Amino acid sequence: MPIILNHVNHIYSAGTSYEVKALDDVSLTIDDHEFVGIIGHTGSGKSTLIQHMNGLLKPTSGEILYNGQNIHDKDYDRNSLRAKVGLVFQYPEYQLFESDVFTDVCFGPKNLKLSKVEVEARAYDALNLMGLPKEKWYSSPFELSGGQMRRAAIAGVLAMKPQVLVLDEPTAGLDPKGRDELLDVLSRMRTDEGMTVVLVSHSMEDMSKYADRVVVMNKGKLVMNGTPGQIFSRYKELEQIHLSAPAVTYIMEELRRAGLSVPIDVRDVDEAAEAIKKIIL
Amino acid sequence: MCPRFYNMNFIETEKVIFEYIERDEEGNPVKVKRALDDVSISVKKGQFIAILGHNGSGKSTLAKHLNALLYPTEGKVLIDGMDTLEDPNTMKVRRRVGMVFQNPDNQIIGSVVEEDVGFGPENLGIPTNEIRERVDESLKILDMYAYRLHSPNRLSGGQKQRVAIAGVIAMHPQCIVLDEATAMLDPEGRKEVIRAARALNDVEGMTIILITHYMDEVIYADNVFVMSEGRVVMQGTPREIFSQEESLNALRLELPAVTKLAAKLKRAGIPVHDGILTAKELADALVL
Repeated sequence: MPIILNHVNHIYSAGTSYEVKALDDVSLTIDDHEFVGIIGHTGSGKSTLIQHMNGLLKPTSGEILYNGQNIHDKDYDRNSLRAKVGLVFQYPEYQLFESDVFTDVCFGPKNLKLSKVEVEARAYDALNLMGLPKEKWYSSPFELSGGQMRRAAIAGVLAMKPQVLVLDEPTAGLDPKGRDELLDVLSRMRTDEGMTVVLVSHSMEDMSKYADRVVVMNKGKLVMNGTPGQIFSRYKELEQIHLSAPAVTYIMEELRRAGLSVPIDVRDVDEAAEAIKKIIL
Repeated sequence: MCPRFYNMNFIETEKVIFEYIERDEEGNPVKVKRALDDVSISVKKGQFIAILGHNGSGKSTLAKHLNALLYPTEGKVLIDGMDTLEDPNTMKVRRRVGMVFQNPDNQIIGSVVEEDVGFGPENLGIPTNEIRERVDESLKILDMYAYRLHSPNRLSGGQKQRVAIAGVIAMHPQCIVLDEATAMLDPEGRKEVIRAARALNDVEGMTIILITHYMDEVIYADNVFVMSEGRVVMQGTPREIFSQEESLNALRLELPAVTKLAAKLKRAGIPVHDGILTAKELADALVL
């Protein structure tokens, strides 16, 4: 069930001297089972954009369609939309509030008025999917490490069984291993459960490695939309808007300058190594 | 003269142990947790030091010992020769070591940039005209002078962190601890902050302690400490540390991209040396 944004504008504090155009004529389609990355510097409109995807923010003009229906139609059930499009905010662990992890994860599905058995089964699955060690399930959320708290918080959204999972900087502050573990889980959710994943990140490495498609925001406008290879080979333009390519792109550029005819558009270190081996060995 | 004062270390931790009591819902003590376990490090004046470690490894706890926000349960922390446990030293230590934290929005209090930067020196009781000088000077060093009359709310993340650093600099510390100060920033913001830290180190001779999860920020450091389970488990130059891929992976860390690529090529039989830190070094190794 695709999400379609059609000429969406969003103006904060319209009509006052603080008026800011946060989204400027953004049109974007997110297809089923896609892994879409959104990049843009601080204040480019990324967070505003994703809050439109589940109806938390209403566009000043333009429309948002989910499964062909305008989510701001008078009789549209936006509450059920929020279960279908799960939004994970930055630092979601700050939103953990129950006395133990399991109860916290149950909170979302409980609000969907499911039976107790179903609620607990979903919490069980979600915690398993997020790979949280069982001995931590009945601990206070505050006894978990930073990475575990993050995963517990995301499990709370997963337990709603959303069809689309939208995450705002889920890896910020995680150690490299924790970051890879989390992204691998998200990637598996997509392949195994058929979930659509929308990921906002400042890590170009993560985008390059995991996303099918990257959307670039600048000053509220959608300025690029393409595969990671297409986007990151335009790294000079990305730098103009305070972004960059993954480190591996710059390494390949340096090797080309030194006279090695390697491709620039490699996704990660593994692909880079293969490309170099082909030329040298 | 006592030989101890020759080439004295600016930071010296001696077998530091830090324990805290974990409590349950009702506030009853459950168990004692050891966040730092026998940590001995020394840092010379003017060094650029990086501290790596997985989440919960004790990095931030150690950082908070360096400006007397926390005190050792056992052992000693000496800053510029002063024991942080001795009461009269607390303020002196805090004037010497400034801290910058992860979230810029939690650190900025002024409604105008220059007001925010002046807050620290004002608290130190510095005369008004000198505050003015210090604020201007700090903002210039961080390349934020043009924004001195702006509201911090409208700045980018990297700019906010530079204002936070300017606020610390205005107190004229000898050392700055950046505790994951780049974690929330976009690539440009990260570059700005790292560039500022290197300039403070190079030009002003300030001692820098950089705590980070981004391996590529570490390559400029003079010395790297790697922490795990509250202990310092590795230390050395970036080249020495990043020559040990397996140990780092076991500690939930990784190599910088270029070092990782070089290691892969080496395993495939291409002759490149260990611990390559820049793309230029890799290019030189590959193109004979």
